[in-house]
Amino acid sequence: MGKMHIKLTVNGKEEELLAEPRELLIHVLREELGITGPHIGCETSHCGACTVDMNGKSVKSCTVFAAQANGAEITTIEGLGNPDGLHVLQEMFKEHHGLQCGFCTPGMITRAYRFLQENPDPTEEEVRFGMSGNLCRCTGYQNIVKAILAAAAEMNAAKEAAQ
Amino acid sequence: MNEMTPPKEERSAALKGLGCSRKRVEDARFTQGKGNYVDDIKMPGMLFGDFVRSPYAHARVKSINADKAKALPGVIAVLTAADLAPLNLHWMPTLAGDKQMVLADGKVLFQGQEVAFVVATDRYVAADAVELVEVEYEELPVIVDPFKALAKDATVLREDLEGNMEGAHGPRRHHNHIFTWEQGDKEATEKVLGSAEVVAEEMVFYHRTHPCPIETCGCVASMDKVNGKLTVWGTFQAPHAVRTVASLISGIAEHNIRIISPDIGGGFGNKVGVYPGYICAIVASIVTGVPVKWVEDRMENLMATAFARDYWMKGKIAATKDGRITGLWCHTTADHGAFDACADPSKFPAGFMNICTGSYDIPTAYLAVDGVYTNKAPGGVAYRCSFRVTEAAYFIERMIEVLAIELGMDAAELRAKNFIRKEQFPYQSALGWEYDSGDYHTAWDKALKAVGYEDLRKEQAQRIADFKAGKTRKLLGIGLTHFTEIVGAGPVKNCDILGLGMFDSCEIRIHPTGSAIARLGTISQGQGHATTFAQILASEIGIPADDITLEEGDTDTAPYGLGTYGSRSTPVAGAATAMAGRKIRAKAQMIAAYLLEVHDGDVEWEVDRFVVKGAPERFKTMKEIAFAAYNQAIPGIEPGLEAVSYYDPPNMTYPFGAYICVMEIDVDTGEHEIRQFYALDDCGTRINPMIIEGQVHGGATEGYAIAMGQEIAYDEIGNVKTGTLMDFFLPTAWETPHYITDHTVTPSPHHPIGAKGVGESPNVGSVPAFSNAVHDAFRAFGLRQAHMPHDHWRIWKIANDLGLHG
Ligand code: FES
Ligand code: FES
Repeated sequence: MGKMHIKLTVNGKEEELLAEPRELLIHVLREELGITGPHIGCETSHCGACTVDMNGKSVKSCTVFAAQANGAEITTIEGLGNPDGLHVLQEMFKEHHGLQCGFCTPGMITRAYRFLQENPDPTEEEVRFGMSGNLCRCTGYQNIVKAILAAAAEMNAAKEAAQ
Repeated sequence: MNEMTPPKEERSAALKGLGCSRKRVEDARFTQGKGNYVDDIKMPGMLFGDFVRSPYAHARVKSINADKAKALPGVIAVLTAADLAPLNLHWMPTLAGDKQMVLADGKVLFQGQEVAFVVATDRYVAADAVELVEVEYEELPVIVDPFKALAKDATVLREDLEGNMEGAHGPRRHHNHIFTWEQGDKEATEKVLGSAEVVAEEMVFYHRTHPCPIETCGCVASMDKVNGKLTVWGTFQAPHAVRTVASLISGIAEHNIRIISPDIGGGFGNKVGVYPGYICAIVASIVTGVPVKWVEDRMENLMATAFARDYWMKGKIAATKDGRITGLWCHTTADHGAFDACADPSKFPAGFMNICTGSYDIPTAYLAVDGVYTNKAPGGVAYRCSFRVTEAAYFIERMIEVLAIELGMDAAELRAKNFIRKEQFPYQSALGWEYDSGDYHTAWDKALKAVGYEDLRKEQAQRIADFKAGKTRKLLGIGLTHFTEIVGAGPVKNCDILGLGMFDSCEIRIHPTGSAIARLGTISQGQGHATTFAQILASEIGIPADDITLEEGDTDTAPYGLGTYGSRSTPVAGAATAMAGRKIRAKAQMIAAYLLEVHDGDVEWEVDRFVVKGAPERFKTMKEIAFAAYNQAIPGIEPGLEAVSYYDPPNMTYPFGAYICVMEIDVDTGEHEIRQFYALDDCGTRINPMIIEGQVHGGATEGYAIAMGQEIAYDEIGNVKTGTLMDFFLPTAWETPHYITDHTVTPSPHHPIGAKGVGESPNVGSVPAFSNAVHDAFRAFGLRQAHMPHDHWRIWKIANDLGLHG
């Protein structure tokens, strides 16, 4: 099958590669670029394990062709923080036991990262609804919700302090 | 006391030992996307395997033509049963003493069965090649109903067993029959039933479902032809058992096989078994000489790897008129699918189903289980439960409710009346178990009080009145459960898998500077072993948990163990950890005494040091002792500070709990709302309360899914109707209820630290709580038994059948 020339920015780094038109973004990220934070749990856009941020929106990268991501800005869990400075969400997931096996976690945190920009001061109900595209089999969500609410509070407090 | 020495309590807290809600050490990696799951493994030259699967549930395979597939650029090989037969690998043993086709040998027996294995340079090419393999089938009659499978003239499913009427668990009485397993006293039970004042009878069905961890099963097999060593990374809940089985069936010497379980994205029983994909990947790597990866997709996972439950449990429960239970009878028809691929200890073909007398003092009981073949996927694994305990708990908790209806009695009162009393422990059950410890009445009273049980009943009565008066269309259900689990398999004398005793192990090395590494025979799939086992050790040896590295899952380095499932890690490996720690301490005591120039008996342990009795200012800390162990020649003591312990538990542990679910049901839409869910668990000594609570949330959510919508359903010709996450219900954050957790603590008397295990209790306990709530809502209108899952349509149907839609 003929390959397409694709350019995209992943976690601030420009990448260029060749991909078949049918190749999915998740496979390009994981197999071509070695970005294995986003996972594959279903490939049918139900589980959200593959969630990445694309041009300021949460997308399930198992249902996006790499070709559709041509020219896009992509952020994955690897781009949210680093060992010296974790993102507040990463800290809060640790603090509130928002993960167990960790398989859903990268997608979960990446979705939460976008969700809190869409709704910086959510209620518990809004968190539950806003996160409903991401499945977790281990935690029963209660501590995930707690972690996200705690992160929101922390981010808002930091914003206020800065003003 | 030395002025510099912080007080005992402070030192103890600094260890982050038992009882501390220590944050998890695993999380730093996982929250940054730095986990290492099997699909993350990438090796030079690695190939991808993919299966051609049967579209039919029962068919003869007339021919397989792989020419077109092989001609596709990038395809390296296509394996069929004919290729595996010379190696004798076209069939493999199951953990239940049966055998299973690796690739279709003449026929297929369930939809999704593995027919051919394509090996290609990338996953897209492999998927293309799968489409190009031409298989000619001849359809055969399909049986999906286990009762029909036992009809006299039913089609023979397992032709390979024809004429062989002696199965792995005794005689088979029909060509589609697998085993009969009997426990208890049949005659006495029938006598009790015959003369009882009241007998309630019911068929309780626990439908087929699937553990469905968010990561599917898979492996990477790498045969290094230069050094003759086979390495397999895979989603294995029991890596050592996999190594032994791989050696036995491949003929490769066990020391030349290395099994590694990397991070595992949830297991819940799905990753205990050995699957055709593992065998095919190994063979493909041996044939090609390069690493081969096989990772199933979600549909394959739901269709072909191990399902759970599928038990038809016919029950009779006898009692006096005032509600004292006198006998229990149960006959179960167990649908195992095409091959018996349960993962139970060998002597327990129906697992621990004989815990079905539950929390009650039932003097006489009888249980028989018949295993049956059908044209469904093989399995019968413990989906977050200890070998059929979930089925048993659901059965007895439904039977209690049915008896309460028969007696016209309150179901909470009926339970309390029949609980095994505190002073009866250790309690010998009629079906052969010795319950180690329990205090059911205390837990029950606490639970009823916490939810305001009496007020709830009053509210319910009012609601029923309002409903009848046409003032509301919503009903209120109060779902009660008091469950008793049996976990920690198990004593080697009666528990083995394929002849391997179900002990577990821990090896500890203390480094000269006073930190440590511990290795275990288990493997975490999210339970947080690296965090909690270090806590057990911290309390035992006085080294801070933060200074202890914990490793599992690599058979080349970890001591032999039977793995993680059936909530066995804490009861068995946790005990091994404590015992290994005690060995370290015993040696440390001798070293300390030598250094302090006193007799061994003159020093005593205090948090993190040995202190001279009566002279608290004279002590040696564990850190000092560790250093001395490596740098001083101590007469009569070997250098170094290491220990290994293999723990063979004297008994199982019996965690228990009281769960209560309050549910609102819309009679017209069949929708429900969980108003309150209260979960009280008694898992003995609590190692890490934060992790326990997380386990309860997760297990109860699985239970919620199972009770309220999740199932593996087939149509009558054996098509899987629930093969994607579109149809197979996994609740989102939106539907999932909020949980209130609580606890009592009744330590296990035989476990070194009194811990019982908790991972599975919430699944075991919550399913009957949710289901009983649905039943309870309709009790006043005459409902006795309605099968799960209680999805909206089925609840609507209950209301409709009861004539509540006018
Ligand atoms: S893998 Fe993309 S949504 Fe599940
Ligand atoms: S932590 Fe395991 S799936 Fe969410």
